[in-house]
Formats: sequence, C-alpha cells, structure tokens
Amino acid sequence: MNSTPVPAPDLEPQEAISARIAAIEAAHRADGEGRPQPALDYPPYRSSALRHPTKDLHHTDPETIEREAPCFGDRDVDPLEADLTIGGAGEPIGERMIIAGRVTDAEGRPVRRQLVEVWQANAGGRYVHKRDRHPAPLDPNFTGAGRCLTDDDGYYRFQTIKPGPYPWRNHHNAWRPAHIHFSLFGTEFAQRLVTQMYFPGDPLFALDPILRSITDPADRELLVASYDHDLTTHEWATGYRWDIVLGGSRGTLMENEGDEA
Amino acid sequence: MRATPGQTVGPFFHYGLPYDGDRDLVPPGSVGAVRFGGRVLDGTGAGLQDALVEIWQARPDGTVPREPGSLRRDGWTFTGFGRASTGRDGRYAFSTLEPGPTEPGGAAFFAVTVFARGLMDRLFTRAYLPDDAAALAADPLLSSLPEERRSTLVARRDARGLTFDIRLQGADETVFLDLSGYRRP
Ligand SMILES: [Fe+2]
Repeated sequence: MNSTPVPAPDLEPQEAISARIAAIEAAHRADGEGRPQPALDYPPYRSSALRHPTKDLHHTDPETIEREAPCFGDRDVDPLEADLTIGGAGEPIGERMIIAGRVTDAEGRPVRRQLVEVWQANAGGRYVHKRDRHPAPLDPNFTGAGRCLTDDDGYYRFQTIKPGPYPWRNHHNAWRPAHIHFSLFGTEFAQRLVTQMYFPGDPLFALDPILRSITDPADRELLVASYDHDLTTHEWATGYRWDIVLGGSRGTLMENEGDEA
Repeated sequence: MRATPGQTVGPFFHYGLPYDGDRDLVPPGSVGAVRFGGRVLDGTGAGLQDALVEIWQARPDGTVPREPGSLRRDGWTFTGFGRASTGRDGRYAFSTLEPGPTEPGGAAFFAVTVFARGLMDRLFTRAYLPDDAAALAADPLLSSLPEERRSTLVARRDARGLTFDIRLQGADETVFLDLSGYRRP
C-alpha cells in the first residue's frame, strides 16, 4: 500500500518557508516600525506575489459615505443561521462547540445589531467547495456557513463543529491550523473586517504563513480564541470566547506629518 | 484597544459570502439601473477568478441609505450595499443606481472593498463617476494624487454603464486607500 502523495518538485519544503517567516519577522522587529498588519507583500504565502499593491496605501479623510456602513437587520438574517449544526437531517460529526464574543470599536463601544458571517471546514478539514480537493470526507450534515447579528451589547454567538486542520499547496506538507473565517461590518465603511479565528495552542501556528503574515506576535494573539468554561454547556458543547475590535477612523485625528492642513 | 488584524479571505469563501441577489442592488433592467463592473487583475494583467468586490454607495440624490435588506432583497428597497464574486476571467458586475454627490458640488463615487485569495487583507478604493469635471478637479483625494494615478479611480462610461477595472499591482496599479483617521479636523 502506498497512498502517500509524491511531492511536487516545485514546492518548497516547510524548513525554507519557516526560515523566510522568521527572517521577515526578525527584520520587522529590528526596524521597530509600526506597519499594517498583516503585511500585504508576504512572499512565504506564494499566491500573494502578484496580488499585493507595490505602492503604499494612500491616506485620505473618509467622506460622508465612508463614515457610515451598510445596515443589516432581522429581515436579513434568520436566527437559525447562527446554528451551523442543524442544516442536515442528522447531527454533524465532530466536536460540537460554541463560539461567542463581543464586537466593539477601538474605544470599546459595542457594535450593535451588525452582521457577522462565518465559514469553515468540517471536522475532517474539508470545505464544501468545488475547489477543495483534500481527500477528507464531506459531512452530509455540515455545510459550514453561518450568519448572525450582534445583539444590543455587541455580542455574537454561533453553535458549530470544531473545524479540522487542512493541507494546502503553498509549499510541501503545508497545513493550515484549524480556523473559522469571520466577516464583520462596523458602524463605518473602513471598519470592514475579514479575518480568521484560531484555537488556543495549535501546534501549526509557527508554521503557517497566513497567520505569520501578521508579524507582530501581540497582534497574532488577537486572532486566537480562548477556551471559556462558562460558555461550555453541560453534556452538550465546549465553549470558546473570541472578542473582536474593529479599527477604522472614528474619532482618530492623525498627525499632519508636516504638511499645512 | 488594539484592532483585530485582518486575514486573507482565502479560496473557499464562495459558500460563505455570496448570496442570491448579492450583486443586484436593483433588479437588472429596472428604471435607472446601470451595470457597474470590470475586472480584478493581478500584476501580470491576468483576471482573478477568486476575488470578491463589495460596493457601498449613496442614492442618486446623494443621501445615504440606512435601510436593511441587502441579504434578502425585496426588489424595491435600495440598501446601497452589494457584493459580487469574480468569474473565471476576473469579471465582476453589479446592477445598481448611480450614486449622487453626498455634498453639493462634490464628486460622486462608489466606495469599493476588494478581497481575494492571495490578498492578505482587504483593500479599500473609490470608483468615481467620470462626468462632472469640475467636481473631480476639486476632489480632495483626486487632487492629492499625481496626474497619472488619478485615472485609476475614475470609472469609464460605456454603452452598458460604468466600467471600473481594479489592478492589484503593476504600472497602472489602482490607488488603494488608508481610511484609518482624519487629518482635516
Ligand atoms: Fe480556511
């Protein structure tokens, strides 16, 4: 029996990717400059090579439309969409879990009644997606997409199945740490956030070019949920807590950097 | 508080983010409907088949929509928000109304967000309507840009509506925006 895939010769080994990840992080630490997180130009994630802007983002003051954000409401989202475990005829396979937390702005004010969308792999690390060719089983009872609105205090809550790690073709033997994709809107356009939430203590963190594209370790920590026994429910589901802070411009008056404004 | 960092939308967003009616802010062919679209291109000029474009815009009279309903469109509420994933050739297209200027004499634009596999974080830009030369000339953003980069932010008008290509990289790279604070009090 030989079911081990033969490595494609053009794929770099993990050691080479890890060395580049470490070198970039060391360089960023040494120059001490604050920079956008994640880095847009990040060679260890191969697909970013032709897809990152080469010029700096151009600062401009947000105009009227950019000081607002789209509104969503009860007519947009069915409360059942917050439960990713009820889409099929039976129970999905895997560790049932709750993920919940609070969405605030940078001043700690809750982002109320706003849309949160999630999508994720199943317990075996497989997405219900035609481009996912990982030969792990699909689960007929799990599609892995959900939505909810935050409540009046900014809290969101989903019931789901803990996703598995999965391989990808960035380099040889590349594996993504288990994660849930999150999409959020704030109260202004520039608070739009699409990110990924990870689980505490995942041994794949150090090896993953996507997580490590955030080169400040303190910023990476912000993407890791914590186990929360108060969210765990008796004989039913484990609980994780993950709070989200939406940046954006509200109330932030920047230095004028020498020009006469 | 430190802002939660972004991450790439990845390759598997197609069953998480698109939804029925996502790109039709108004029904195609209805009164006032225009096509707003173009291609999302990489550094070699190739179209991205795994990008997602969102628009957020004022109504034709310049007012800002404050109504829900983007996810379950009823055919008559204009919410100002739309979402379109690109096709195999990198094309995206919305059916929408043309935004008006939000201030008298201002330049009208769509606020645009771009996501893609291989793009580490979302990018913001603007697609200005091309018609009001005086408003474009007076626009604070456009006038802060070198001449040759301004045109990357102005949609082209053609028979079907407005065309706006988004170039992530290269000689005519689109201007992407940092909207993280105010310099004018
Ligand atoms: Fe993923």
